[in-house]
Amino acid sequence: MSATLENRAESLLDVRGLTKLFGSLKACDGIDLAIDRGEIHALLGENGAGKSTFVKMLFGALEPAAGTIRWKGEKVTIASPGEARKLGIGMVFQHFSLFDALTAAENIMLSLDDPAPAGAVAARARELSEAYGLPLDPNAHVGDLSVGERQRIEIIRCLLQNPELIILDEPTSVLTPQEADRLFETLAKLKVEGRSILYISHRLEEVKRICDRATVLRQGRVIAHCDPSRETASSLARMMVGDEVQAVVREKPSAAREVLLEVRGLSRKAGHPFAVSLSDIDLSVHAGEVLGIAGVAGNGQGEFFEAVSGEVLQEKADAVRIRGKDAGRRDISGRRLMGAAFVPEERLGHAAAPLMTLSQNLLLSRCRTDARAFLSRLGVIRQGAVAKAAKRIAEAMDVRKASEDPEATALSGGNLQKFVIGRELDRAPMVMVVNQPTWGVDAGAAARIRQALIDLAKGGSAVLVISQDLDELFEICDAIAVMHHGRLSAPIPIGEATYEKVGLLMGGATPETAEPMLEAV
Amino acid sequence: MMRVELVKRPQQSALFSALSPFIALLLTLVAGAIMFLFLGKNPVDALYYFFIEPLLETWSLHELAVKAAPLILIGVGLSICYLSNNWNIGAEGQFIIGAIAGSILPVVFPGFQSWIVLPLMLLMGVVGGAAYAGIPAWLKARFGTNEILTSLMLVYVAQLFLDWLVRGPWRNPEGFNFPETRSFHAYAVLPEIWPASGRAHWGFIFAIVAALVLWFVLSRTLKGFEVKLIGQSPRAGRFAGFSRARMVIFAFLVSGALAGLAGISEVSGAIGQLRPSISPGYGFTAIIVAFLGRLNPLGIIAAGLVLALSYLGGEAAQISIGVSDKVARAFQGMLLFFVLACDTLIHYRIRISRRLRAKGVEAPAGHA
Repeated sequence: MSATLENRAESLLDVRGLTKLFGSLKACDGIDLAIDRGEIHALLGENGAGKSTFVKMLFGALEPAAGTIRWKGEKVTIASPGEARKLGIGMVFQHFSLFDALTAAENIMLSLDDPAPAGAVAARARELSEAYGLPLDPNAHVGDLSVGERQRIEIIRCLLQNPELIILDEPTSVLTPQEADRLFETLAKLKVEGRSILYISHRLEEVKRICDRATVLRQGRVIAHCDPSRETASSLARMMVGDEVQAVVREKPSAAREVLLEVRGLSRKAGHPFAVSLSDIDLSVHAGEVLGIAGVAGNGQGEFFEAVSGEVLQEKADAVRIRGKDAGRRDISGRRLMGAAFVPEERLGHAAAPLMTLSQNLLLSRCRTDARAFLSRLGVIRQGAVAKAAKRIAEAMDVRKASEDPEATALSGGNLQKFVIGRELDRAPMVMVVNQPTWGVDAGAAARIRQALIDLAKGGSAVLVISQDLDELFEICDAIAVMHHGRLSAPIPIGEATYEKVGLLMGGATPETAEPMLEAV
Repeated sequence: MMRVELVKRPQQSALFSALSPFIALLLTLVAGAIMFLFLGKNPVDALYYFFIEPLLETWSLHELAVKAAPLILIGVGLSICYLSNNWNIGAEGQFIIGAIAGSILPVVFPGFQSWIVLPLMLLMGVVGGAAYAGIPAWLKARFGTNEILTSLMLVYVAQLFLDWLVRGPWRNPEGFNFPETRSFHAYAVLPEIWPASGRAHWGFIFAIVAALVLWFVLSRTLKGFEVKLIGQSPRAGRFAGFSRARMVIFAFLVSGALAGLAGISEVSGAIGQLRPSISPGYGFTAIIVAFLGRLNPLGIIAAGLVLALSYLGGEAAQISIGVSDKVARAFQGMLLFFVLACDTLIHYRIRISRRLRAKGVEAPAGHA
């Protein structure tokens, strides 16, 4: 390993022994990594492996405790993102920071270190979008754009700085398969120009397909430098997790089952200008079934989840029925008492309160359903019983934490997600509705969560999974429906579903024509 | 060009979070000493008269309890509001309306004399304060109005209403046209705790009991969990099945009720009649008390005593070294300023950036 690094003295970026401590935790522990010009380099690792910390140090958002960064052979210190950009390092974040009410060009303008007139920015953006195959109207309002288009704004924003190294953080997690293919073409063009890319992803197939080399991190250390095209997805996963990732096992559902969750003619007007209105959604989920809802983010999934969970009530009581009873006028506690459980997309701030401990967060979703166990008379909390249940859940789902009962925000995303899912599974709910169950979660935790959902269905519950991750839906669902612009397609049984079929529906094609009718923007 | 900005710290120091009120107190004393220096007084003497002398005699300790009672009662009620993200600034008005509502019996029906008068007065004071706090609460829950503005404006309404009452319909017919109501009869007076040694009345006991009860509710019960959850993370609160609108009403009613109780206790225990002005700004000072006590009812007991001392010290300093009693207000203002500044600096650090176009002027990117 060291020999290969010696040979790369002329690398574009050469990092040696980069270390970052948070308290006593070594988030990054002596990381070595070198990137050549014109190379797409993958950074792989579970959540909490130190990928984000490492990238933040490269981008000047965190200061390393030890180690050196050489840029074009010269030793540099990167004290701020501004300095990183000046060196020629650009970054496209997983979470976009765009203003909905402004146009694409205005958003780009705001991020420039040197102010430039709007017209010039728009022209430059249009030029870049044509050169790199990133179709985008600079004068379109961001609120009207799809997630894929928003990502293009971020990429163009980054390209305007003329970077030599571009860091992409989980770029395909929000894209349809077709959009992802288009992104890969753009990356290929950038590569031909001699620009380098540091590509962070947990989608191993994708990494195998486009990356020249890969660095695998585990627990803050480099586990291996490898050529991903010579590895298999499972050998890469093994390096990330440390042992074999359990393949998810799914059995054929038995026939003749009762409907446990039913949605009939659900419509909802958009509450604010950038919300999506829902129109006439029908679906039923049977006992023992896992139904998936695919769709690009921002097509009404969040609004649908709010309506089904009862965070927002329906006008008609029979718009949502749980276990054969009308639930449309019941609030979320009422629906939980009917046997349903819910896991929203946002972990911090929605599923869990960031500054509260795990046991308090357990109480959050179960204070009504488990009132008898967790509360004594007059509403006094039985701290002991709650703490015991929290411990049980953490053990069942293998939640890794630094202390007995840490605050939610102290957990890594994957561990917190295991906890908020385990919190509901612990009740053995008859109906489970999950929005983005493994979003931003590492491979090991994701496999565990998926298996838990399948096992729940096998036990006779109805499971509804809303996800942007097609691989996930194909892995666990019995049928997949697609949400687009607040409408839901009829479910396609998994036997008949293909990536192409679902991908086209995600892009807005109608099932009748089965032809791509990608909407003009 | 120089720019000063606040940058969020990645982690807060637990040590300094705990020390913050004490650091704020220390800074207030230092700034106070400087202030006395500018006023031409010996700062050491002045601080002694202000903060030490009132603690040396029994009667003045009783006065401390008299002043601390309303501050603590209002402060613990406000802590429920502020923890649940409801910004009730109108406790002063709720205090006044509580005092007026509680005074109806002894002022309008002076002939009704029985042991039951006092409990009824306290109850009416509680109801009056809660009802008055209910107005901004309902406006916020129903129409989404800004409770800071509505509750604050209602303070002035209450003050002017009291002024009108004591000059007009409720003026003492035997009072030589002074703007005062008749003095409360013996059954309408809140008794002293320890009549032999000083004036401290049962209001102080109410305050301690209220603080203990609310401390238990906040730290041990589901209701307290609901208050904190909705305040910290409204979306998670909704996901838990708690209603934000109902919490607005609850928080305002509790804090209004306690402010009303403070009002009637003050009038019945310390003053003995209604006057145009019955509060030296307790309702506003209690905001400082709530924050200095870190919104923890037990901390608020301590903070209430500290702020009560600033009132006493103001009076004492006025007599012994001849400074205006406005100095007390200045101390309270400085204290709030330093508490908030300390808390801010625990969560953020200051960054001063000089935006100099230094070497290596960025080339605006010509493409290869």
